Amino acid sequence: MDGARSRLLGLAILALVLAGLPLTFTNSFWYDVAIHSGISAIVCVGLNLLIGYAGQISLGHAAFFGIGAYASAILTGSWRWPAELALLAGLALSGGLALLVARPILALRGHYLAMATLGLGIIVSILLNQEIRLTGGPDGMPVPGLVLFGFPVRGPLVWYALVAVSLFIVTLLALHLVDSPIGRALRAVHGSELAARACGVDSTRLKVLVFVLSAMIASYAGSLFAHFSGWLTPAEAEFMRSIEFVTMVVLGGMASTFGAIVGAVVLTALPQFLTVFHDYEHVVLGLALVLGMIFLPRGVVPELARRLGWRAL
Amino acid sequence: MAGDLLQFLFAGITVGAIYALIALGFSLVYSASHVINFAQGEFVMLGGMGTVFAAAAGLPLPIAALAALVLAVLAAMGLERLAIHPARDAGLTGLVIVTIGASILIRGLAGIVFDRNFHTLPALSGDAPLLVAGATLHPQALWILAATLLVALALWLFFARSLTGKAMLAAAVDPLAAELAGIDPRRVVLWTFALAGGLGALAGFLVTPLAQTHFQIGVLLGLKGFAAAIVGGLGSAPGAMAGGLVIGLVEQLTAGYLSSAYKDAVAFVVIVLVLLLRPSGLFGTRAIERV
Repeated sequence: MDGARSRLLGLAILALVLAGLPLTFTNSFWYDVAIHSGISAIVCVGLNLLIGYAGQISLGHAAFFGIGAYASAILTGSWRWPAELALLAGLALSGGLALLVARPILALRGHYLAMATLGLGIIVSILLNQEIRLTGGPDGMPVPGLVLFGFPVRGPLVWYALVAVSLFIVTLLALHLVDSPIGRALRAVHGSELAARACGVDSTRLKVLVFVLSAMIASYAGSLFAHFSGWLTPAEAEFMRSIEFVTMVVLGGMASTFGAIVGAVVLTALPQFLTVFHDYEHVVLGLALVLGMIFLPRGVVPELARRLGWRAL
Repeated sequence: MAGDLLQFLFAGITVGAIYALIALGFSLVYSASHVINFAQGEFVMLGGMGTVFAAAAGLPLPIAALAALVLAVLAAMGLERLAIHPARDAGLTGLVIVTIGASILIRGLAGIVFDRNFHTLPALSGDAPLLVAGATLHPQALWILAATLLVALALWLFFARSLTGKAMLAAAVDPLAAELAGIDPRRVVLWTFALAGGLGALAGFLVTPLAQTHFQIGVLLGLKGFAAAIVGGLGSAPGAMAGGLVIGLVEQLTAGYLSSAYKDAVAFVVIVLVLLLRPSGLFGTRAIERV
């Protein structure tokens, strides 16, 4: 199967699964797990563009998630802004910060973005913990319910629909980007940066673009998360959350949009069902990362697709 | 006022020496294998927690510290053999993820095998503070400084004078050429990890009487050591020492004069600033490729 057709098939499957899933839900716990999985999946589809296609890691994506979440929480709660405007402000803040940091750093070859995002992520996390007057500190703060264009988003089914549609649109956007001239140029940079540059590809600008886009997607997911959960703590922006996002992308399959979704869903949902293993959660997560990189360096979904004879989804 | 400043300088140099030991581990491993080992902080934790639990089991303190050192060295060698070497084809991104995974795993295991409480160790020469020009100095700080200076001297002698040390340097500069000269680069990488594990454990043992230890202590200490290594220029051993002192001093001066709440953020602000302004680090000499 060629790339375009398998992508179309993938989108069709995603749409069917997203639409059909609520039929299997017997209580609100399932909706809760599905909504949290969907929100993680949105972040991972964006992060996958950076890791899989731009060949850079971000060790601070939870910070952008946190910026979106706190922008929504503070602006709609304390400042009484409409939710749409607060969400946009979060996007602007995340995107602006990402741009500011990435422009000088992505001009260097190597893994400097990983180090810079690590630093940035921890700074944001400390800020959220310390600015108690603004954020409520480690105890967290309440977030008003979401009202979009006059309609209150309430109840598990409505929330599920909003997250599912968001995930579908972000996936569509990511697949389009990968298939666009920008995506082709990114793949060329991944193959041989020097050769791509010789052909006139501005590799630095492309990487900055993808990083900023992935930061804004994370911010959007953060805004949804804040309104959905109704209570926000700085734990959502912690270093370990950033690592979890990277794990989801890497285990699902780098450079595979559907792999990122599968990774996000599995790693968000599994701990909910394995609460008995709470003490072993970190042991399992750590082992999964190490073994995954040794035995499935390309991730679960690309490896499956290869065995089934499909081209990269 | 002058007493305050001296007090902050003492504190800065003391924690700076700890960061320097941790940063050395990052730098040595990076120059031998080009791996950024995010599990370095866990060796620090093993050094502290290992000593606490070995001492609780009845071992005298020096033997307990030695046992913890062996534990950290074995963990470091196991990490290289069982995780990093088998995943060597995963690329730089993959190896970063392997070391992060290993650090989460070691931390998780420590939380189960040891416990999740805070522990401390008796200081090596008691807790009676020394008075120096109006500032107090904890005797443990002198031990930390002496140990760090001794490590620096020993490392310098090892790399400049001993055949093994020179072989390790050669393998770091050019593995293929070193192999042709009869050096086994794989063994060099393994011994470098062992050395990094030992340095981490030493830092953990020394800092515990001042700062307590906990199964999660390695995260922040490791990241600050990493910041020190970047500030000094990854791969440069003198840079790592200087980077540790810079981070320690700026951190304590910030805590003293600006805000103690943001003390922990200092190292990371410094990382971002160094990367933006001088990505090869303050002491790095290797040219940075601009693309």
